[in-house]
Amino acid sequence: MSGITITNIRKSFGATRVLHDVSLSIADGEFLTLLGPSGCGKSTLLRILAGLEVQDTGSIEIGGRVVDGVRPKRRDVAMVFQSYALYPHMSVAANIALPLRMRRLSRAQRLPLIGRWLPGSGPVTSGIEMEVSRTAEALGIAHLLNRKPGQLSGGQRQRVAVGRAMVRHPAVFLMDEPLSNLDAKLRVQMRAEIKDLHRRLGVTFVYVTHDQAEAMTLSDRVVVMRDGEMLQVAPPQEIYADPNDIRVAEFLGSPKINMVDATMREPGLVDFAGSTLSVDCEIAPGSRFTVGIRPEAFQFAEHSGPGVITGSVRMVEHMGSDLFVYFDPCGLQQPLIARLSAERAPHIVAGQTLHVSVRSDQLLVFNRDGRRVRARDVSSAHPSTPVREWA
Amino acid sequence: MSASLNAVSRLAQPAEGVAGKLSSRVSLPRRHWLHEAMWGWALIAPALIFLVVLFFLPVIGVFVIAFTDWQFGASSLSFVGLANFREVIFDEGFRASLINTVVYVVMVVPGTVLAGLLIALLIESSHSCRALYRAVHFLPFMATATAMAISWEALLHPTIGLVNHSFAALGLPVANWLRDETTALPVLAVIGIWQNLGYAMVLFMAGLKSIPLDLYDAADVDGADHWLDRLRTVTIPMLGPVSMFVVIVVALRAFETFDTIQILTQGGPGHSSEMLLFTIYRESFEYLRAGYGAAVTIVFLAIVVALTLLQARSMDKRVHYQ
Amino acid sequence: MSAIRLSPAAAILRHGVLVLTSAFILVPFVWMVSLSLKSPGEIFRATFSVLPAQFYGVDNYAKAITSVPLPRYMGNGLLVCALILAAQILVCAPAAYALAKLKFWGRDFIFAMVLVGLLLPHQVLSLPLFILCYKLDILNTYLALVIPYVVSPFGIFLFRQFFKTIPNDIVHAARLDGLCELAIVWKIMVPMALPAVIAFSIFSVVAHWNDLFWPLIAVRDGNLMPAPLGIMAFKNEEAGNDYGPLMAASTLVVAPLLIAFLAAQKWFVEGMTGGSVK
Repeated sequence: MSGITITNIRKSFGATRVLHDVSLSIADGEFLTLLGPSGCGKSTLLRILAGLEVQDTGSIEIGGRVVDGVRPKRRDVAMVFQSYALYPHMSVAANIALPLRMRRLSRAQRLPLIGRWLPGSGPVTSGIEMEVSRTAEALGIAHLLNRKPGQLSGGQRQRVAVGRAMVRHPAVFLMDEPLSNLDAKLRVQMRAEIKDLHRRLGVTFVYVTHDQAEAMTLSDRVVVMRDGEMLQVAPPQEIYADPNDIRVAEFLGSPKINMVDATMREPGLVDFAGSTLSVDCEIAPGSRFTVGIRPEAFQFAEHSGPGVITGSVRMVEHMGSDLFVYFDPCGLQQPLIARLSAERAPHIVAGQTLHVSVRSDQLLVFNRDGRRVRARDVSSAHPSTPVREWA
Repeated sequence: MSASLNAVSRLAQPAEGVAGKLSSRVSLPRRHWLHEAMWGWALIAPALIFLVVLFFLPVIGVFVIAFTDWQFGASSLSFVGLANFREVIFDEGFRASLINTVVYVVMVVPGTVLAGLLIALLIESSHSCRALYRAVHFLPFMATATAMAISWEALLHPTIGLVNHSFAALGLPVANWLRDETTALPVLAVIGIWQNLGYAMVLFMAGLKSIPLDLYDAADVDGADHWLDRLRTVTIPMLGPVSMFVVIVVALRAFETFDTIQILTQGGPGHSSEMLLFTIYRESFEYLRAGYGAAVTIVFLAIVVALTLLQARSMDKRVHYQ
Repeated sequence: MSAIRLSPAAAILRHGVLVLTSAFILVPFVWMVSLSLKSPGEIFRATFSVLPAQFYGVDNYAKAITSVPLPRYMGNGLLVCALILAAQILVCAPAAYALAKLKFWGRDFIFAMVLVGLLLPHQVLSLPLFILCYKLDILNTYLALVIPYVVSPFGIFLFRQFFKTIPNDIVHAARLDGLCELAIVWKIMVPMALPAVIAFSIFSVVAHWNDLFWPLIAVRDGNLMPAPLGIMAFKNEEAGNDYGPLMAASTLVVAPLLIAFLAAQKWFVEGMTGGSVK
């Protein structure tokens, strides 16, 4: 009932084009994340959805209703801001009650002191008070209702901001980097709470972040944005394992994906770091392209052999369960990073020789324009890499 | 050599306690401490001497003069208790001056603050001509009050002044504004508002700028999107602490009004436009009544100090909001 | 307030009100300049206009400069402002550095004294300062105009606040580089605190260029009068009848600060509001 359809949205600020022709459909009840570096246009798109900015061209539909030119309060959306934007002079209760008061009471009834005694305002006010306390209880902030935002911790403020958004049961929740002002530990905790909130409310969430871990853990689908364009819209696993674009592959994953320029020797065979790998895609022999290999796609190998890359280890970082191994493969100018299991790989030290193998279906091939060149046989390219922990 | 030794001692500073215990040369941190203290005193000495001679001794001096019978040129003095204050309080001139000052402040402060707030809100509500309007309204605050008072005198001149010409043309009553007991003080108050309104405006504009834009966005989404609701939900409450500050600063400036009285009315006609600072000047330096002048000065000081302390408290409150 | 999109009616209303208040603000300035360009006959005529019927400006301004020593008054003002500012920075910057960065016995007490000094309106001190100047036999000299202001509690306070924001590591680095404390003040702190120094300078110059109260007490000699006292004397001499030259003189006294203000608005606003505007 409250899906969102975004059609051909463009937006410029002066000479700067912030959004180029963005179109997207969001299903009712979906958790959709707009992911990208700062300045990619994700916040602008969210603000256009909220009605805080007006698009230059294009159209927005929320719940089947075109909302272009409709003021924010009539869009049935609620928003949680990065700074929380709580009113510092109002108590927590007043902050949460405000959206209801603005909708249910007339301007006269909202007057301080006298407003309460005007006809009709009494029952409405007590109704609002009940809903506020119910919301506060659901969020575990009932004991804070009489405090001012200045007296709250970051996590508590965040909950109040969420409370102010959910109290009026909006059809769509918009969240603009709601966790970026929290410390790392609290961020993980609040992430889980937002996930839970989405499950309980079952309404559409549009979530903006630059943090890939948030995008991966929370979303049904992720939109990766760059320079005002949507690079890929897909579920998190797919975005990671099967990126459409070299920029998507590079934005996601830590440590960063290895990108190596290569040349096709003959159909299906690539010279790569002193070894010959088979690649399953249609690229003319002799043409140049880029191969992307996720660090965890490398497997430790005991010996050299066909399809095995050999190199000397430059540096090793111990991460507990994993090792990040930086090594210089023979015949390559740049070092590669391998993420090897600490259990499977024996004690590796700098300076030693390392052998690693990589499965051909884990080579991501991109053409000169950065577009993905997919395998001929789709089934063999099926993502098999598990998504590693997102720190 | 000693410089490098110094450097070493400073490097050792974080571990001072430990180093002090382990080393047999306990004097190193102590020398370092002495060195810093000596520089501190040396650098502050000129300011301290001038502060004492030019601020603190004079304040004591005012009290001494106020509580004794000292006169200009007198070589001896004796304590007279509250005699000077008694004289001041029973003097009609002083009472008029005190009442005038209060009336003047009560006229100038609301006028200045409300006009300043309104103008700041209007200017900030759009980008068009913003800088121009701001510069224009701030001009009187910068302009030499003595010179501008002379221009005001010409404007208010009973026969050739623009004010009477315009009022006559509009069918409004004309007057000899500065020579009429009923109008002199209100006219001075209008000039006071004219002088200070730009100052209040600039302070309010800064206050407006410091309101996070997110709050307006939140108000929009929450449904407070009519300008009246935005004003009531966000702008006015967020300006609360600044307003308190503006009220007191403007009140302080109003209390210290002197130039316009000196140029325009000399406190007249009668005592109708005399205010405290003018009384202090006239009694102390024209009539050379030192004791009387000092007593009025103390009354003036008490009011100003009370206002300033109030201001300090309002500044504290400002911090609490964040 | 965020720049909301005003409706045309609201925009017109905004301009309407602001033009009206601007007119109220500008009338004394326009009137002053206008009279300074008019002949005595025209000033006393019953009808009037902003622009002079007969341009009499040269005569008025010439008379303002020659019949009274207006250039001398303005020169005095400039000299006094310069001396006061130089002395204030010379005295306040080292003191502020000591209060901000050095530890020594009595520091907090001295800072409390500065705060008390900040509380005192200068006019309160005029009677004892007058006596002091009389005892030192410096009444009616430039020194009398300068001496009461050589230390500014506001200057010390402002500089201290600014110096405090400069990291201690910079001070430590400078010491390791062999600078003595005095050199740190002038070579490191003051240059880094330039915005505060400029704001304070504007505040100080504006205050003392415009000051009438203390000069009125301290000097009687026409050769020593700063500008406001000078035009007051001019007005009293001319008995307020010769408006043209009087307005010309007023215009000349007001002009330098206003021109400087229009050229560097942001700095002036900051200086005049004492850093309470960020």
